[in-house]
Amino acid sequence: MTALDRPLTSTPALPRPTRRTWVGVLVGVLLAVLAVTSLFVGVSDVSPVSVLRGGADGDAAFLLVASRIPRTVAVVLVGASLGIAGLILQMLVRNKFVEPSTTGVTEFATLGALVTMVFFPGMAVLGKMGVAAAFGLLGTWVFLRVVRVVPVRQLVLVPLVGIMLGGVVAAVTTFVAYRLDLLQSLQQWSQGSFATVMQGRYEFLWIAGLMVVVAWVAADRFSVIGMGEEFATNLGLDHRRVVAVGMVIVAVITAAVLVTAGIVPFLGLVVPNVVSLIIGDNVRRAIPWVAGLGAVLILACDLLARVVRMPYEIPLSVIVGAVGAVLFLWLLLRRGSRAH
Amino acid sequence: MIALENVTKRYGAQTVVDDVSIRFGQEGVTALIGPNGAGKTTLFSLVGRLVRPDAGRVTVGGLDITRTPSAELAKVLAVLRQDNHVAARLTVHDLVEFGRFPHSRGRLTVEDREHIERAIGYLDLGPFRHRFLDELSGGQRQRAFIAMVLAQDTKYVLLDEPLNNLDLRHMTEIMRLVRRMADELGKRVITVLHDVNFAATWSDRIVAMRDGAVVADAPAREIMRPEVLAAVYDTDVDVREIDGRPVALYYG
Repeated sequence: MTALDRPLTSTPALPRPTRRTWVGVLVGVLLAVLAVTSLFVGVSDVSPVSVLRGGADGDAAFLLVASRIPRTVAVVLVGASLGIAGLILQMLVRNKFVEPSTTGVTEFATLGALVTMVFFPGMAVLGKMGVAAAFGLLGTWVFLRVVRVVPVRQLVLVPLVGIMLGGVVAAVTTFVAYRLDLLQSLQQWSQGSFATVMQGRYEFLWIAGLMVVVAWVAADRFSVIGMGEEFATNLGLDHRRVVAVGMVIVAVITAAVLVTAGIVPFLGLVVPNVVSLIIGDNVRRAIPWVAGLGAVLILACDLLARVVRMPYEIPLSVIVGAVGAVLFLWLLLRRGSRAH
Repeated sequence: MIALENVTKRYGAQTVVDDVSIRFGQEGVTALIGPNGAGKTTLFSLVGRLVRPDAGRVTVGGLDITRTPSAELAKVLAVLRQDNHVAARLTVHDLVEFGRFPHSRGRLTVEDREHIERAIGYLDLGPFRHRFLDELSGGQRQRAFIAMVLAQDTKYVLLDEPLNNLDLRHMTEIMRLVRRMADELGKRVITVLHDVNFAATWSDRIVAMRDGAVVADAPAREIMRPEVLAAVYDTDVDVREIDGRPVALYYG
């Protein structure tokens, strides 16, 4: 066994981990800088100086605690958890082009939220989130059933089926909302935005954060699932149970984000793909990256949403949609050219 | 010992494995040959608990595979399927590490790490350990998968067409490796092969299947006869003795 494959001459084996470390540090620094910036950007004057000058009872300090800190925390939680939802869904489906909004999960959850608006208008946000999560779970299940008949190798067909499925559900939602004269309020709250996030109105996002922790604990199992059912069975893993846990993670994150910030498209798709290019698909290693990069991306988008038309805000979903769609297209074309 | 007792598997009206009774595990390397659709892969799937038999019983090391927890079976039996088109971008090291999953359940001990190092060393994968699987050549990738199976540290190893898509040199390398796994590490390897000459050269025993049944089961030399091979493959096969080894000629 002396003449087994010699290492290829081009890429040396060592430098890659060091380069990764640097990119990791960069993401961390960027996250910190953007988070701090997010605290001090807005219509009202909140700056470190004004906070210090006003003291603990000043207007600036009040705004910081009641609005800016909640908003920043909410943005970070949404970015991190949506990325993870995408990552886990991609492992379950074994397809890089899925995320809650390309699989019908978001649309099902929206339908669930509408149902609470119609039947239980006075329901607390937690209950609303629970119903949305239940619908999201149903959506994940429906999608996984439908996708089973699509060949695994048909990479682009899978999200296409999901988008169509979502389209059908969204049509039902729109129809019902239209008939009940709820269209406007539906649009209002489903449009992704952090403008209304305040103390006491974002805390459910910690549940999404909790799901990220669950995903991290079960990370290896998701990696193995990502290699296929046969692989998982060979390694003694209960495939169905892991899939069930993954479905709950995806549905709960989708619902929590939906009821607090609205629909934020593409993020769950783009972030895991970018991370995959940098450090690969080992879920344990990818999770901090996906969470960090997701938070960075959405923090940047949210800042942009606040700054572009100051003193007005444009909806975050518009910016994330535009940025995400371009990145998505790039990934699609890039992958396509490599696969064929 | 892997034992199948009167095992039958049907897909719809078609019987793919028909009342098969056979034992594996005495010999180091057993080659499973037969034409396409003979039921070889289904037989592997039955042993690997990927499909349930419609009738009969399968035991691995005395454990009934329908009653034993999957996690326990994963410590005695490793199955490598033929199409490992793993889309995931994993490094060689990641993959081998997952081979320890049945033992570690995700928490690697010192012993687990030793197994991983040994498997990587055994397959000379040291220089590639941080490479992604999609950056490797076919031969390297196949070795990475075999390293994973080695790390799983099972007595029984099932390899479904491990020579698929490999060139001559890498086919020989893999077979030499399979031989070493049996001789040096005491593994019991059962492997589906399409090239009967590879089967004859490297295995101790050849089992031939056709139409869901075992039609021949003997030491390699006894299978390498024109009449036996013709019956298995339903085509004329000439067998010549070259340097004391039987060589099948079937290239037309």
